[in-house]
Amino acid sequence: MQALFFYIFAAITVASAVMVIASRNPVQSVLFLILAFVNAAGLFILLHAEFLAMILVVVYVGAVAVLFLFVVMMLDVDFAELRQGFQQYLPVGGLIGLIFLVEILLVVSTWAVSPDALRVPISASAPSEALSNTEAIGRVLYTRYSYFFQAAGLILLVAMIGAIVLTLRERVGVKRQNIAQQVARTPEEAVQLHKVPSRQGLGELTP
Amino acid sequence: MTTIGLGHFLTVAAILFTIGVLGIFINRKNVIVILMSVELILLAVNINLVAFSSFLNDIDGQVFALFVLTVAAAEAAIGLAILVTFYRNRGSIAVEDINMMRG
Repeated sequence: MQALFFYIFAAITVASAVMVIASRNPVQSVLFLILAFVNAAGLFILLHAEFLAMILVVVYVGAVAVLFLFVVMMLDVDFAELRQGFQQYLPVGGLIGLIFLVEILLVVSTWAVSPDALRVPISASAPSEALSNTEAIGRVLYTRYSYFFQAAGLILLVAMIGAIVLTLRERVGVKRQNIAQQVARTPEEAVQLHKVPSRQGLGELTP
Repeated sequence: MTTIGLGHFLTVAAILFTIGVLGIFINRKNVIVILMSVELILLAVNINLVAFSSFLNDIDGQVFALFVLTVAAAEAAIGLAILVTFYRNRGSIAVEDINMMRG
């Protein structure tokens, strides 16, 4: 049963990853990216990493993929023109990719983990049966890795400030509210009182 | 159906990594797809880390995958912000047009 689900998740992940780079429409690419991430979360669940699987769905599908979708739809770009060199780069790229894949698979298939290493927990932070995955991560994340945790928070802060600074622009010629100016106005310069004679109208207004 | 071992997950991660690198090669004009390829590469790295963490019975790999996820999210945010700013200034996101810093 586990093998069946592994092959389903792996096949869909790889197929949608291929569609991400081969799709004509970038919106479809983003949607296939979401599919790849959801199926990778399934792979994580098969590996008993439930917390990371949920984080993957929340962070990637909920935040990053939606961000991509926003940018793709916001930019008015002729994407057909951007795909001009696709056929031209395909042979060389495919060749390099094939060589790369064969090399990696040769390394992975000939290389083995010693059964002793698989059986013996090599670290004190081995997850025990009594702890849930989330609790096991929390126990090491907030103790041994607390500095790294804070550094990750700093990275996110810098990313947030950087994104705001990059995309914020001062528009010229836009009417803005200036509260100090509004408060500083006096009735003399704000209001004009006119005596309107009957049947003659107001006439010319002096500004 | 055989039992699923460490090698199966590493193979999936290797294929994903290759697809990501290939995406950078063949979509050389489209920055958005290049950014998505980088996300695929980081996902492959995460699968490797979690697979080793699970099979070696050591939680540290998952903690590290969490940090990789953080950096990937920050990278996507900054990359897309730069992309939007560039499009606003130049009206194009083609990679060939990005040559202002040629010196």
